[in-house]
Amino acid sequence: MNFATIAELAARCEEAGQTISAYMLAQQSLESGRSPAQERQQMAAYYDIMKEAVRRGITTDTTSRSGLTGGDARRVMAMLDGSGGDTSAGSHATRAMAYALAVSEVNASMGRIVATPTAGSCGILPGVLVSSQERYGWPDDRMVDGLFCAGALGYVIANNAFISGAEGGCQAEVGSAIAMAAGALVELRGGTPMQCAHAVGLALKNTLGLVCDPVAGLVEVPCIVRNGMGAVNALAAADLALAGVRSAIPADEVVGAMRDIGAAMPETLRETGKGGLAATPTGQRIAEALFGEERP
Amino acid sequence: MRFKDVFSIIGPAMIGPSSSHTAGAARLGRIARQLLAEPPVRADITFYGSFADTYRGHGTDLAVVGGLLGYDTDDDRITDAFAHAKDEGLEIAIGRGSMAAIHPNTVTIRLSGTGGTMEMTGCSIGGGNVAVAAVNGFSVSFSGVSPTLVIQHTDRPGTIAAIATALEHGGINIATMTVDRKGRNGEAMSVLETDQPAGEDVLARLREWPAVLDIRIVYLAGETPKEGRA
Repeated sequence: MNFATIAELAARCEEAGQTISAYMLAQQSLESGRSPAQERQQMAAYYDIMKEAVRRGITTDTTSRSGLTGGDARRVMAMLDGSGGDTSAGSHATRAMAYALAVSEVNASMGRIVATPTAGSCGILPGVLVSSQERYGWPDDRMVDGLFCAGALGYVIANNAFISGAEGGCQAEVGSAIAMAAGALVELRGGTPMQCAHAVGLALKNTLGLVCDPVAGLVEVPCIVRNGMGAVNALAAADLALAGVRSAIPADEVVGAMRDIGAAMPETLRETGKGGLAATPTGQRIAEALFGEERP
Repeated sequence: MRFKDVFSIIGPAMIGPSSSHTAGAARLGRIARQLLAEPPVRADITFYGSFADTYRGHGTDLAVVGGLLGYDTDDDRITDAFAHAKDEGLEIAIGRGSMAAIHPNTVTIRLSGTGGTMEMTGCSIGGGNVAVAAVNGFSVSFSGVSPTLVIQHTDRPGTIAAIATALEHGGINIATMTVDRKGRNGEAMSVLETDQPAGEDVLARLREWPAVLDIRIVYLAGETPKEGRA
């Protein structure tokens, strides 16, 4: 890859008059030695798995093996068909949230998903992309573009900071996914590469410091709900960027701040199941009930 | 760069619930199996850091064992990996270690087969991506994403040139290379990540070199979706 920062990526795209997705596709093809068509085919296969995970999550029983979670996507979907009351966030945001919950619940029940960028944050991109596809009537091919754009943004974040909760807390997982989804949506809706960069900065700022504190060490509480609300955050960040709001701190510096914050985070708050929500009385009771003396 | 391409960010397709603790763990298991180069009959798995603290909740133990059985990250047999291990005569021991780990998600896998043993330490660095840090006491650094040659040899002048020449004859480009040795003129290990898989002709040429003791091939291909549209 010939870019290492968001600023470089955006500048090269603007110079070349290309979208981030087109630029990323060309770079990827160079790196792998495979044709752009082959690269697109693999991404399209991933998108199919994402759509299938959404479908499974809103139509089947997603009770997890621990029994802690499942069914929340369907509860939210009931608001959309009118049987479950009215939405506060509006139907588009609510649908994105429901789809993100759906994929995360499929993940928690050991179903098939695509890590985007991780399994703990696997609901956000499908939540945003699949709901936007339905809303705007975009073809699958367009959604593949969205994934290449998201991948380019995630590639920079991953190499300059981290994408795992164990290294950098939830900001590294859910935060990165929100930034990637926001940037992808900006491109899909016709925004410029610079606006994508601002969307990344704006989105990532809003999750700085978010810790990874899974109850009983399971990717369930609070991960699933953070995916659902993360999808809504991504829509909001995309709107800010498309409206012309700029990230006063450039995206790359926000990524740097995330890295420094993650490095300073105590180990109890980095996917050890020892701090935060995991350490609450209820969190500990749940862990005890599931694993007894033999924790984890 | 720790993360090489777009599919290290979007992907892999996998069975939940955690890309570091499930998919990455499965890949480390699969690499260990490839390094042993025969079906393992006993595995001693030691978890460190976050792996040690949360492996049961994440099914990290199931995932490593699934990998040891050769399963891909999206193989749903991972959920019953212990039962499958028993059926295949693989004995498992799981432990938790407390030494200062090189990464929060670290595992050491000691494998025995009927023909030999192998010890590997690897890290799951996020999004299902892995980094192998040690093999049989040698420091290494590879991910399994590219075709990888793990060559054990004696520390003798000309060995690296011989390896490079053999690859050149096969038209194989070297992407990365690490060399480590236990002492001057002692045992050494060279690890080469390549752009193309080495064919039998190349391997035969490598084995002819007197200093080369053993060659193992690691490659995690076959995990990508097989269907899809252009």
